[in-house]
Amino acid sequence: MSARENVAANLDRPLLVMYLVLLFAGWANIYSAAYDPDHAGIFDLDKEYGKQAVWMAISLTLGSAILLVRGHLFRDWANGIYAVVIALLALVLLIGKEVNGAKAWFGVGSFGIQPAEFAKYATALALTRYLSGLKALIDFRSRVISTAIILFPVALIMLQPDTGTALVSGAFILVLYREGLSGNVLLLAILAAFLSILSLILKESSFDLPFTDRPLSGPLFLLMVIGLIAALAWLVVRNMVIKRLRKRLYGYIVVGVVSSAVFIGGVDYAFEKVLAQHQRDRILVMLGQMEDPQGLGYNVKQSQTAIGSGGFSGKGYLDGTLTKFKYVPMQSTDFIFCTVGEEWGFLGTAAVVILFTVLILRIIQISDRQRSRFTRIYAYCVASIFFLHLMINVGMTIGLAPVIGIPLPFFSYGGSSMIGFTLLLGTLIRLDAERLSQLR
Amino acid sequence: MNFEGRKYVLIAAVLAIALIFVLRLFWIQVVDDQWKASAASMAERKITDYPARGFIYDRKGRLLVANTPVYDLMVVPREVKDFDTAAFAALISVPVEELKLRMTAARKYSIHKPSVIEKQITAEQFAAISVHLHSYAGVYGQSRTLRTYPPRVGGHMLGYLSEVDARKVAADPYYKAGDVIGVGGLEQYYEEQLRGRRGVRYVLVDVHNNIKGSFKEGRYDTLAVEGKDLHTGIDLDMQRLGEQLMQHKKGSIVALDPKTGEVLCLVSSPAYDPELLVGRVRNTNYGILQRDSIKPLFDRALQAQYPPGSIFKLVQSLVALDEGVINVNTSFACNKSLVGCHNHPTATSIEQAIQFSCNPYFYHVFDRIVERKLDKKSRFRDAALGLGEWEHRVRSFGLGEKPKIDLPSLKGGNIPGPAYYNRKYGEGRWAFSTIYSVSIGQGEVLTVPIQMANLAAIFANKGWYYDPHVVRAVGHPDSVQARYREKHIVEAAPQWFDHIQEGMRRVVAEAGGTARRARIEGITVCGKTGTAENPHGEDHAVFVCFAPMEDPQIAMAVYVENSGAGGRWAAPIASVLIEQYLTDTITRPEVVKELIETDLIAKEKFFRKKPKKPRRR
Repeated sequence: MSARENVAANLDRPLLVMYLVLLFAGWANIYSAAYDPDHAGIFDLDKEYGKQAVWMAISLTLGSAILLVRGHLFRDWANGIYAVVIALLALVLLIGKEVNGAKAWFGVGSFGIQPAEFAKYATALALTRYLSGLKALIDFRSRVISTAIILFPVALIMLQPDTGTALVSGAFILVLYREGLSGNVLLLAILAAFLSILSLILKESSFDLPFTDRPLSGPLFLLMVIGLIAALAWLVVRNMVIKRLRKRLYGYIVVGVVSSAVFIGGVDYAFEKVLAQHQRDRILVMLGQMEDPQGLGYNVKQSQTAIGSGGFSGKGYLDGTLTKFKYVPMQSTDFIFCTVGEEWGFLGTAAVVILFTVLILRIIQISDRQRSRFTRIYAYCVASIFFLHLMINVGMTIGLAPVIGIPLPFFSYGGSSMIGFTLLLGTLIRLDAERLSQLR
Repeated sequence: MNFEGRKYVLIAAVLAIALIFVLRLFWIQVVDDQWKASAASMAERKITDYPARGFIYDRKGRLLVANTPVYDLMVVPREVKDFDTAAFAALISVPVEELKLRMTAARKYSIHKPSVIEKQITAEQFAAISVHLHSYAGVYGQSRTLRTYPPRVGGHMLGYLSEVDARKVAADPYYKAGDVIGVGGLEQYYEEQLRGRRGVRYVLVDVHNNIKGSFKEGRYDTLAVEGKDLHTGIDLDMQRLGEQLMQHKKGSIVALDPKTGEVLCLVSSPAYDPELLVGRVRNTNYGILQRDSIKPLFDRALQAQYPPGSIFKLVQSLVALDEGVINVNTSFACNKSLVGCHNHPTATSIEQAIQFSCNPYFYHVFDRIVERKLDKKSRFRDAALGLGEWEHRVRSFGLGEKPKIDLPSLKGGNIPGPAYYNRKYGEGRWAFSTIYSVSIGQGEVLTVPIQMANLAAIFANKGWYYDPHVVRAVGHPDSVQARYREKHIVEAAPQWFDHIQEGMRRVVAEAGGTARRARIEGITVCGKTGTAENPHGEDHAVFVCFAPMEDPQIAMAVYVENSGAGGRWAAPIASVLIEQYLTDTITRPEVVKELIETDLIAKEKFFRKKPKKPRRR
């Protein structure tokens, strides 16, 4: 066997090591979060760390198994896996167990499986397979198909409803962009986000119309400002732009004003009619529009208090107090980062953030070195997914992102997510190990 | 088209987010003190509420056991700051070195869990200490209660509290090291009812250790459940008098209400003051009591097994009459060559046989019970058949098995049946001639005092009894325990008991009876004396009685060890107690004084082992 075909020798060591470090650090952290000094058995299956240890064993077994699967099979099975996960997502709506108002679980004793956590893996494979067959994502048809691949599972997950997990699929926009989606789409998305935030911030305020006593509501005020800017732009175009370009720019200005007006109205409508009360509240809290430390902002305030109380070097392993007595809600799942912050301090949190950053950069680097289009796009999918999880999960615990219930990979308690991320990384490592031998 | 360059957008985004996060984390964790202040303002503490242990009352609602508050000083090492060890040591009157050792031990045990640094401070002492506690962060008082025994009686029966041992902690998750648990007596038997259920509260405390309110409106708290009170059938006056009468003597008194099976008094002597086993002095005192040669911790009323002696003749009579092997006018000559006896006229009826306590008479009675001639070929098999029937009937008197009384660690005595002798001698290798000493309650027959008192109740009731029990009701005084409402009927017809009672009346009332000292003016007392053979010294005296004959209110067994015949000491003690219970007066103070002052334990040293008379024919 030549060195090129020796898969074992070509496994990416840094990635493997980082995976194992994250896995074990994550478990140690769960142990601390659920630690009860009166009953300190490591393999107590009634405790979260006991179950997590079982999930860890399952993940390691699955991860090793997946390293033995020949790379081309991932491509061959991509659509099959996608179909199976879609079927599971449909099935869970019918016979799933309802936890916290979402029908998202298949229960097996005290262990639960959450098929939505496998959706990102399946979507990544299916999307990669589709995109790798194209030259670039430039024509309308391919855009529609790839959007459909992404949105199909999203729709099913929204039905559970589990908005947080559904939002993770936003990561695939980055993949589409990388594969040729116009940058204007990204730009428009950012603009739209900016505009909606602005309109929501101004929503509850009102302004007096200049020189009169008539009050003006926030969105109307925003529209007026946009109108003023448009008028200014019109003056600029009329006086400073050569004549043959003027007509087109007038068009842009009109389209811009009209679409802004429609968009602001749309945001208002969506906010009032589409979103649920708790989602509205979360957004308002994040935007600083609602200050209620014992109510909705409570989670974020408690979580920041726990992290902040860790100081520079933390209180020491197992010695956190705020993350023990359930001060922080969901302390072992969505807010697990608080335990890191409280017990390991800034040194610990910075280390975790940097470790994840290095992991993502390494995956991008791996993506770059592929001759196989399939592996390259797949790697990019994995990087985007990890990036989104890191951004939202850590962001929300430190008050920089709205509270969206998605896990921090390998740290949050939960077997499905651990297995899901293990599959993502394992597949990548296997595909990458074949980079020298086969071309796909 | 080549979109290669677009990867830098993602890389840039990742780096930007990472940078923002690290800066933000640096801000909230290192620079901004707001979050640390906020954290300090909401340190929570787990407070364990120990519910008050239930009280124990006598039959008239007087307290036998109550509680008195004490405080444990707890320390949480991680919260200790600027600790002035010397001043604190002076405050709680503990040597500085000792205090340092305890603080080290606490840190070693856990820095975030509370440890005890000083146990069981009385309420007055704690009041003086608590005003200074605010200057010692991390130290706080936790209240608990100790037992107190206002009348200072009934140590054996009541039991005491002790710290749980490691085995119990491992076996029962309710208990944690340092918890107390009932040991012996009612405290042990009714542990779960008395202790109630511990509660846990989570409270918020500020940096000065002041409680700022409950944590999350008590969502994680569990309420403590108060311990239940025990309402016993004990008569405090009688119990107290009984213990006084028995002082300087070894023995026991068990008195029952025959109509209900309630224990009226339960005395084991030598007794000990229950206050000796409370709190910090318990361990020292326990050691002293345990090493004492007169064994004050030994509960003779429940655990001392004696041969029943002559009292067993009453049971033999009933069995024989019910089986029809004798009738009420059967007469046997007092043939002292069979078994020794004293001088008395020939007994011509069962009443007289009881009155004279004629040994040869009951030798014949037991002979007829055992040798029924059911198996004509082998006297060995015949004896086994006869004794088997006898054993069944005798056991129905509540003998030969542990009484179902609500107290732990008691003995059941022994009623030797065919199985017992087959084990001892081998099948077909024993007959009446081997076992005849059982006829007069000697040999292998063993009973405990509580069984003898129950026997008296059976005689009083003419053939039935309720299981003896100390506690009438748990919780509410009227909630009588159901399991003690089950009537046991003895295997002997009521009519035979008339003759037994008449015999017992004569024992006390007529000339030639052995218990004339038990007589009480105006009350018909029925009794029977007995002598439990003691191979180690003077025999033990027993007196079993009930009164009044017409409508029995009390049944009693009195044991006085090493005092010879039952009539000398046991009968007058019973008499005084019966009078106290029935009339609430003492008409013979000179008798009481003499009994109280008699010191049989001191005399014991001069006793010699008397030579045993050969009893074989």
